[in-house]
Amino acid sequence: MMMRSFLIIILLLTGASVLAAEEAGAGHEFTADLSDQAALQRGARTFVNYCLSCHSAAYMRFNRMGKDLGIPDVVLLENFMFGTDKVGNTMTISLMKDDAVRYFGVAPPDLSVTARARGAEWLYNYLMSFYLDPAKPTGVNNLTFKDVAMPHVLWELQGFQQAIYVEETGIDGLPVKKIDHLELIAPPKNKPAAYQNETYEQTVSDLVNFMVYMGEPIKLQRYSFGVWVIFYLVFFLIITYFLKKEYWKDVH
Amino acid sequence: MSVDGIDTNRRRFLTTTATVVGGAGAVATSIPFISTLSPSAKTKAIGAPVEVEIGELQPGKLKTVLWQGKPVWILRRDEKTLEGIKSLDADVRDPSSDEQQQPEYAKNEYRSVKPEYLIVLGLCTHLGCSPTFVEAEDGASHNLSGWKGGFFCPCHGSRFDLAGRVFKGVPAPRNLVVPPHMYLNDTKILIGDDSGVLS
Amino acid sequence: MSTATKYILVLRDWIDDRFPLMEEWNKHAGEYYAPKNFNFWYYFGVLSMVVLAIQLVTGIWLTMNYKPAADLAFASVEYIMRDVEWGWWIRYMHSTGASAFFIVVYLHMYRALLYGSYKSPRELLWIIGMLIYFTLMGEAFFGYLLPWGQMSYWGAQVIISLFGALPFIGEDLSLWIRGDFVVSDVTLNRFFALHVIALPLVICGLVVVHILALHEVGSNNPDGVEIKKHKNANGIPLDGIAFHPYYTVKDLVGVVVFLILFASVVFFWPEMNGYFLEHANFVPADPLKTPEHIAPVWYFTPFYAILRAVPSQLGGIVAMGFAQALFFLLPWLDRSPVKSIRYRGIKYKIALTAFTISFVMLGWLGMQAPTPSYTWMARGFATVYFLYFLLMPLYTSMDNDKPVPDRVTK
Repeated sequence: MMMRSFLIIILLLTGASVLAAEEAGAGHEFTADLSDQAALQRGARTFVNYCLSCHSAAYMRFNRMGKDLGIPDVVLLENFMFGTDKVGNTMTISLMKDDAVRYFGVAPPDLSVTARARGAEWLYNYLMSFYLDPAKPTGVNNLTFKDVAMPHVLWELQGFQQAIYVEETGIDGLPVKKIDHLELIAPPKNKPAAYQNETYEQTVSDLVNFMVYMGEPIKLQRYSFGVWVIFYLVFFLIITYFLKKEYWKDVH
Repeated sequence: MSVDGIDTNRRRFLTTTATVVGGAGAVATSIPFISTLSPSAKTKAIGAPVEVEIGELQPGKLKTVLWQGKPVWILRRDEKTLEGIKSLDADVRDPSSDEQQQPEYAKNEYRSVKPEYLIVLGLCTHLGCSPTFVEAEDGASHNLSGWKGGFFCPCHGSRFDLAGRVFKGVPAPRNLVVPPHMYLNDTKILIGDDSGVLS
Repeated sequence: MSTATKYILVLRDWIDDRFPLMEEWNKHAGEYYAPKNFNFWYYFGVLSMVVLAIQLVTGIWLTMNYKPAADLAFASVEYIMRDVEWGWWIRYMHSTGASAFFIVVYLHMYRALLYGSYKSPRELLWIIGMLIYFTLMGEAFFGYLLPWGQMSYWGAQVIISLFGALPFIGEDLSLWIRGDFVVSDVTLNRFFALHVIALPLVICGLVVVHILALHEVGSNNPDGVEIKKHKNANGIPLDGIAFHPYYTVKDLVGVVVFLILFASVVFFWPEMNGYFLEHANFVPADPLKTPEHIAPVWYFTPFYAILRAVPSQLGGIVAMGFAQALFFLLPWLDRSPVKSIRYRGIKYKIALTAFTISFVMLGWLGMQAPTPSYTWMARGFATVYFLYFLLMPLYTSMDNDKPVPDRVTK
């Protein structure tokens, strides 16, 4: 009986992934993968080019990113840093908060740890699910984040999607229009040269992976530290086990 | 050896092994705790080398900049000043800068890369106060006789000449420190980094 | 004897002449006789001490870089996570340690329910332990505000508002706790003081008292028999073994196993899917925007579920207070002559099983967004929870207990 209750506690703690699964608007499945350094570099490039003009990442230092992702300082200065020339600086922006509120209605949040708050899958779906909505001041709406103030910044990479509606019967018996799926109606015409050879899905996937890295830079290393620590502890466990066994020979 | 059926050798061996392995683990664990206290990425970023524009600096004038939170003096010296420095060789403790208070490239008569510019840390080598720049004509107001211009430490009265060399008979033991630095071009220096300089 | 050993002995004697070193060592380790039949459940006392040590050390190190100010706190935590060398490791140990503390303390307390460790002569030992548990809850609550994320902020807001519901003094009381009209910089600053010095001092003091009380009455065991009843000619319990070396080496094994689990979480699953570090806490505190779903950290959720299960605000608070306070009365509610579950009758076994399931289910329900069916489930389990205590005098006194052996069994 005691073991049973113990098991329930364990199950409750480990079965958490099912409970923690976030609802994702567009229904794409996505799991972050930090093992591909080239992908992280591409994500970093997209981030500094498209996100870092309105959003800051005020806890992320350029040179930390350079060190972790294998980007030398010269390349950082040349291709990744537009607002500052000190590699030790963090990714701040010059957009003032008050101005931002005037432009967008809300200040764009700092993105340093957004991936940890929202989850990788949510971010992926969010970036995949902008669609045209003339009722909005930005001209677009989002399936994952309804009425978001952010415009479709990546439009030149994705093009524009349109919502395809279906009619359903609502709870009050009246027909309601509901978005069934999104359809790409205006593919990108002049994709920047650097993005010619990749699909939008790849671009977004790289960007989200980068944001997951940025949320916790040490994630790239902490698993390997963990392996060594566990390895040591298991070795120590064997010694202490025999030590205990030896002494407990006295106890009858 | 066995007492009452107890294998004391085995017991001692296991106890020693456990102590050594456990102790090694404890030492390994303490390393991160110790290294936490060393300068963080932010501190290092703030202490990064600083670029200084020196084109505007007039002869005889002193410019102070901060590097790693410490004052760095940049003094522009004219011919007359350099002559004055030469004449003080007998009065200073280490005239030819034999002590390692400067990088190799500043180990010369004027303790600088270019004689025109003196670049030293503005911290007294006695106990770390920041000395005052006293021009030749102001010597009298600090009770300094025969003053040819230099640095005077208000804390304990140490004196340095305009090459940062310490005078004899004052508490400060060594010359002022010349920080690592390099010329990016004729009017721009980088303080804190000399990786482009051949020593 | 080597020269080194000789000098150590000389030093020991020198100290002994001035301080009761060996006397205390013998009293609490070398000649403290503990029952020889401790099982799995008896590791959690020493594990609590290990976690306490981890929390104290990592906590001290965190304060070296943490800034207890509303506009700096969140950033300083990220500073620790990124810029400070090994800061991430120390922070994850502390955040994992908080949950680990409650896991080992809950299991330690559950051991007492299994083997009747709260029963005479250990009533005071139990009460001191409960005081530690209460202080620990305060410690966890104050500490949870410090990262200054959305969960920190709104969690504190909700809990402090509970005091506001008390009649007459409520409003003033919650204002006094916050020191401001809302949770603010002022609140953060005082919670920091309480978290890093006031309550840790209390906890350490209570732990010392807890151990002194334990060594006065002696440890209980899975058979629930008093080993002091049968002693040999030297006055040593026949079923007792010296704490050192037998339990020091045994506990060492347990500690290493615990450290393996602990390190696994720290290095591989520090967020534990949002149970140890909640997702919403990676958004800085925003007094204008409540997160969609707020729930306390898992170790508070059983009581949070009870709070929500009661339809009236004040009633909920009273129920929650009782749910915790009833633990204090256990030594007097339990009328059974038998301590250990091994020799208890079926009634207590059923009651404890029902209580265990209720506690776990309440914990789960406390994490969920409330729906009508969940609320009814919570009411059901809360009723079982309370009945476990309230009916205890009845079912324990008329239980068909089995005969208890004279000596411990193997």
